Amino acid sequence: MINSSSTSKPAMEDSTSAPESRKPVSNAPEAANPAPAFRSRNLSIFYSNKPAIKDVTLDVPSRKVTAIIGPSGCGKSTFLRALNRMHELVPHTRVEGEVLFEGQNLYAPNLDPTLVRRRIGMVFQKSNPFPTMSIADNVLVGLRLNGVRNRKVLNERLEKSLRQAALWDEVKHDLGKPGISLSGGQQQRLCIARAIAVEPEVLLMDEPASALDPIATMKVEELIRELCAKYTIVIVTHNMQQASRVSDYTAFFFLGNLVEFDGTDRLFSNPKERQTEDYITGRFG
Amino acid sequence: MEIAVTTPAVPPSESVVSRMRPPSRIGDRAFHWLTLAMGFSVIVLVVLVGWQLGRGSQLAVTKFGLSFLTTSTWDPVAEQFGALPFIYGTAVSSLIALVIAVPLSIATALYLTELAPLWIRQPLVSLIEMLAAIPSVILGLWGIFVMIPWLRTYGFAWLKAALGWTPFFGGPIYGPSMLAGGIIVAVMILPIITSVSREILRSVPNLQREAAYALGATRWEVTRIAVLSYAKNGLFGAVVLGLGRALGETMAVTMVIGNTPQIKASLFAPGYTLASVIANEFTEATTDIYLQALFEIGLVLFGVTIVANLLGQLLLLTMKNAMTTRAVQ
Amino acid sequence: MSDNLHTWRKIKSGLASSVATVAALLVITPLGLVFYHLLVSGIGSVNWDFFTHLPKPVGEIGGGMANAIVGSGVLLGLASLIGVPVGVLGGVYLAEYGGARTNAILRFVADVLNGVPSIIWGVVIYGLVVIRFKSFSAIAGGLALGLMMIPLIMRTTEEVLLLVPNGYREAALALGISRWKTILHIVMKTASKGIITGVLLAFARVAGETAPLLFTAFGNRFWNHNLHEPIAALPLQIFTYAISPYDDWHRQAWAGALVLVVLIFVVNTLVRVLTRGRTVSVL
Repeated sequence: MINSSSTSKPAMEDSTSAPESRKPVSNAPEAANPAPAFRSRNLSIFYSNKPAIKDVTLDVPSRKVTAIIGPSGCGKSTFLRALNRMHELVPHTRVEGEVLFEGQNLYAPNLDPTLVRRRIGMVFQKSNPFPTMSIADNVLVGLRLNGVRNRKVLNERLEKSLRQAALWDEVKHDLGKPGISLSGGQQQRLCIARAIAVEPEVLLMDEPASALDPIATMKVEELIRELCAKYTIVIVTHNMQQASRVSDYTAFFFLGNLVEFDGTDRLFSNPKERQTEDYITGRFG
Repeated sequence: MEIAVTTPAVPPSESVVSRMRPPSRIGDRAFHWLTLAMGFSVIVLVVLVGWQLGRGSQLAVTKFGLSFLTTSTWDPVAEQFGALPFIYGTAVSSLIALVIAVPLSIATALYLTELAPLWIRQPLVSLIEMLAAIPSVILGLWGIFVMIPWLRTYGFAWLKAALGWTPFFGGPIYGPSMLAGGIIVAVMILPIITSVSREILRSVPNLQREAAYALGATRWEVTRIAVLSYAKNGLFGAVVLGLGRALGETMAVTMVIGNTPQIKASLFAPGYTLASVIANEFTEATTDIYLQALFEIGLVLFGVTIVANLLGQLLLLTMKNAMTTRAVQ
Repeated sequence: MSDNLHTWRKIKSGLASSVATVAALLVITPLGLVFYHLLVSGIGSVNWDFFTHLPKPVGEIGGGMANAIVGSGVLLGLASLIGVPVGVLGGVYLAEYGGARTNAILRFVADVLNGVPSIIWGVVIYGLVVIRFKSFSAIAGGLALGLMMIPLIMRTTEEVLLLVPNGYREAALALGISRWKTILHIVMKTASKGIITGVLLAFARVAGETAPLLFTAFGNRFWNHNLHEPIAALPLQIFTYAISPYDDWHRQAWAGALVLVVLIFVVNTLVRVLTRGRTVSVL
């Protein structure tokens, strides 16, 4: 990560506004560490030569929650997955531009995506605890399969991750039970614990609560607010209310382009772009 | 520009990250190549079979040439080797098997997909799968001690009484015969034709049936118009796959067909098939040329079954493709 | 007039339905007949002697098929040494790697191989192994059966692996687990039941094969002490006894057939129990 000078602030320019000097966003919460976790520069991603996102330049602030919103097909999931190179699982993808994480280009030719994914974790829309594994095994699978054997360390991490995911008290007596025996909301928190266990710096979340009932959703949202003290969180959501509840910054994507990026309160109350305003007020969805 | 300093969320000295092994590219590569080699083993196998059969029959092929396929004398003592009786035997026994099995199988498949009450379907399918699981040698055992005696006394006798004036059912009844061979092969191929046909019929979209019903067609008419004509190619593929199976049937046929290399019109006469002669005479082949001739028979059998299987698979594929294009429309 | 036509159409339909029903009955009749005779002719001879004694010399009454039963087990064991790893890993390749074109070709070839008459495998191994080592052997027999198993297991393994939802692969990769570990520890583990049932089905199929063993394993009247020697097998013994002129051997052939069929059916039923609902067929 590049230590930013004191004049640059978390709020960054969006790619479509007229060139203007960097303005501090007055109502964005002051960050203890203002340097961005990710800097994407002119990032474009093509699936079979069709562009999914075009020329996205965006700085994702560290240890804050950044929400990505936009109508379906706007490229928000693609951008999210580009941050841990998960989009590469689709055949025939092409990347132009770069994404800097801690000063290093994630798309450097010799960089093993597996290494990237250990630092940048992901939680998916449909919770997917591994069906053949117990709760404990699920949480620890990332550590075990990456060579960690020490029982003491594993047990510590198990409790720590489950506590951070607000699941420890509910399952501490049932750690041997199958992961899929939990309720939907619990399973999702289990997946969060699993992702946290390998100690990433970032948590990417792709519509993590969209398959959950309102109470479970609320729990997950609370969890996200707690987690952002330790992790940078980027969350894709189609639910604007959720974005405004949960995030510090919001990026609005439309048709593959980053339209606007600003502090959440600012973006929702006083959007700069017409398109943003139209989307927020529901003129299209 | 200031020097980059990393400040991760969790201090690395306390974290578990340092305890993790760096991912090995080697592991990924090695596994990929290992599975690739195993996947391509099927290609290696096909080549291996062709090579061994070719190598083992080389001398015979050059010595006899194409006349191997047209000569009807098989006399190892006189070193005369003609494959025609076996080609004839394989062809006729397979044909008989198809004539018996195809109508029964397709009708059964229809019964299973269109007519049977739901509670019967799974048990019946299980029974047919059980029939498929019976090894050839056991069916042959039953053929020798149960089927042939019965045919000799009843089945063949009735046929002879009714149709003895035709060349096919004239001639003396011994028991082991071309017809017995055909019948037993029919029993062996019933399951595969039924099961493939059933898959084909099940894949006919319900829209077809519903449209025909809506026009006031009877059950049989719906079946004939909406289902059978749609599934034509696939059903033909099922038949050809059954033929492929019939051509290669060895043990059961060997035990009931009589194993006499001759070409007779009468179906009651003993016969001999390509697979049977290999099974019976391979270990008795005393001379090199004898063994080579048997290898060549193997080559012919291999070629014929490959062609039949290829054709059958292709027919099934064309039906699948036609279905996807139709679905898109 | 239209009334008559309508009635005629209905009669035709009814007739067609009856014909189909009769056909279905005819198809399962041989099954019933075979089973009936297996039981009637075989059950009396399935006794302690049968399982523990060696065959008696030609023409003498008594003896058993102990060596054939053990021999079949040995052959299956040998066969699985090559059939299972190659088949399963090949199936992994088809499901997890490989381009669409390559895989279509490989699948096609595997399906065609599945249609090759089993006696051809015997001929091939005869040329490859028996001639080279100048003797029939258990190894040759095991190899012939093993090669037969490869395309069978490959296709069933591929089928079940494709059923594993992609979400699990994604979740594992997102944890920074390398691809091969994901496949081995997550995907294959999830599909393990299906893989095992595929292997069991291949066993059941190959256990009853006689033709490939005729000139590879060849059969043996005594115990096999060395894998480079000929070995007895249950289906081989049944065949030899069935075509012999001795009544006592016929009786024992029925017993052997009953035992073989029961073993195969037990495996098939086990498979059916394990896969309740999903289809893994090797027809």
